[in-house]
Amino acid sequence: MNRERLHAMVRKEFVQMRRDPATLRLVLLVPLMQMLIFGYAIRTDVRNLPTVAFDQSRTQESRALVQRLTATGNFVLREQAESYEDAVHAVDAGRARAAFVIPESYARDLKRGRPTRVQVLVDASDPSSSASAIGAAQMVGQQLNVEIVQQRTGSNLSTGLPIDVRVRPLYNPALQSAVFVVPGIIGMILSNILIMLTSMSLARERETGTLEQLIVTPLARSEIMLGKIAPYVVVGYVQMTTILVAGHFIFDVPMRGPLLALYAVTFLFITANLGLGLWISTLGRTQTAVTQSAIFIMLPNVLLSGFMFPREAMPPLAQAFGALLPLTYYLQLVRAILLKGAGIAEIWPQALALAAFAVAFFTFATQRFHKTLE
Amino acid sequence: MNESAVARDVVVRVNGLVKRFGDFAAVDAVSFDIERGEIFGILGPNGSGKTTTIRMLCGLMEPSGGEASIAGADIAKNPELVKARIGYMSQSFGLYRDLTVDENLEFYAGVYELGAKKAGRVAWAKKEMRLEEIGGRLAGVLSGGQRQRLALACAMMHAPEVVFLDEPTAGVDPAARRLFWTIIRERAADGVTMIVTTHYMDEAERFDRLVFLSRGKRMALGTPAEVKAQFGEHLTLEDIFVQLQEKES
Repeated sequence: MNRERLHAMVRKEFVQMRRDPATLRLVLLVPLMQMLIFGYAIRTDVRNLPTVAFDQSRTQESRALVQRLTATGNFVLREQAESYEDAVHAVDAGRARAAFVIPESYARDLKRGRPTRVQVLVDASDPSSSASAIGAAQMVGQQLNVEIVQQRTGSNLSTGLPIDVRVRPLYNPALQSAVFVVPGIIGMILSNILIMLTSMSLARERETGTLEQLIVTPLARSEIMLGKIAPYVVVGYVQMTTILVAGHFIFDVPMRGPLLALYAVTFLFITANLGLGLWISTLGRTQTAVTQSAIFIMLPNVLLSGFMFPREAMPPLAQAFGALLPLTYYLQLVRAILLKGAGIAEIWPQALALAAFAVAFFTFATQRFHKTLE
Repeated sequence: MNESAVARDVVVRVNGLVKRFGDFAAVDAVSFDIERGEIFGILGPNGSGKTTTIRMLCGLMEPSGGEASIAGADIAKNPELVKARIGYMSQSFGLYRDLTVDENLEFYAGVYELGAKKAGRVAWAKKEMRLEEIGGRLAGVLSGGQRQRLALACAMMHAPEVVFLDEPTAGVDPAARRLFWTIIRERAADGVTMIVTTHYMDEAERFDRLVFLSRGKRMALGTPAEVKAQFGEHLTLEDIFVQLQEKES
């Protein structure tokens, strides 16, 4: 490794980047745009399902039940149905996502101590948006049952229950999706954009013929590789800072852990992805071929890393594939630092994994990149 | 025979060089020597093996057989040493179109580790290659002739002993072509060996010596006058090459 040669290479890359304002704008705007899209649009905590009620009982008791159900925040009463068919039709037609069906005998049965049956229809075609509504309806039913049983037996509400399970959500007490999603976006953006940029950068040199001219110089393979990635390390940090700051002010994403540790481990992550990008660029000869290979990595990055779907729910094969992605480890790490306030003591295994990825991908890339045209 | 080899200052030795792509021999046991300061031509029609020969000599491709050395360095055993001693100007414009003339020159000055000599060499290159007026212009907007001179400047930044020029005058207008040949002769007069491929037969007379390739084989070698004497004085070089090519196919 020669300092003067490397310096020439790095400087050239920076000048070229400056000359390409379109890419530069893209690199800065895409993270903000994606953060707003993911932060606002993607809600796994679906609430306020439009609901229709078919209340045949029309009593104080039945209205109280509807009140209890809507008070969970999962249902918003939109209309009253005149028949069971009406209620089902409202869900079929998409005007409502849920329907309450209360029998005519509801209040009467309750008073006489007879079991009664209440139906809650939920449009479960999208499981993730219906899950919390289903849970809320069941919860309301249980609570009411307990209250009624306690009234009948005359026992006290707070002392009468043998087991009182109280769940306290840690780290993200309001259970907001954005708080969980935005830190992940840092990892996903860094990974996908950096892989794309570096793989294209080397492929472009090959396609335009400038690589041929580089190869006949004394530049070492590692100097070409390192020179190529240096500007993108800076790009990566700018993107990360943008999302971090915007996420903090727009979506109240906390910064509980040491930021210095986050910036330090991010270096490992950026380097691993740049190495991966370079490696990909050695797999194809044209920019088009390289782009296709890059997309091949980007899709599992989004789907298997735990960015959108929990890895715990994946079949073993998908989990194993996800374990080969640097993003998987970085997501655990960035969420631990920002949301849980973890420091180096807690996250070193993931940091170690990222370092191993960085070294491995660089070795692969340099090995595959021959200083010949064949 | 031995005596003449000692007296001559041979900088490039090519001995039985072969390049095969599968069953096809792009370069088939080609041999020639080149002396210091010569303007040496590698001629032949498209697909005759000119570019492949040059690429092997520059270390861009590995030979399938035979051997070659440049300025004392073996191309197979010591390719990095070869790279430090040669300049190479590729067929397609290989410089950065989004960098200015000065930035391209400075980049190659850095790549060749010129250190303290950098400013002096950049100034030398701009003067000798007639680029002084256009230092701030982007390489992408230069004319064909200006691009060729910039490419030659970058290839000669580190004062190489041997310079390879692959089809340097292709697509360049006649005035720029003449200026380019003037510059090549000036550099050769300084003792730099210039190895040039071309398929323009009318350029053949400009070479000190030349080798004519057809389908990877050496068909003729010598000064333009020697080649003429060998095949018939009444013919032009162009006629001779057309005949050789027809005989071969």
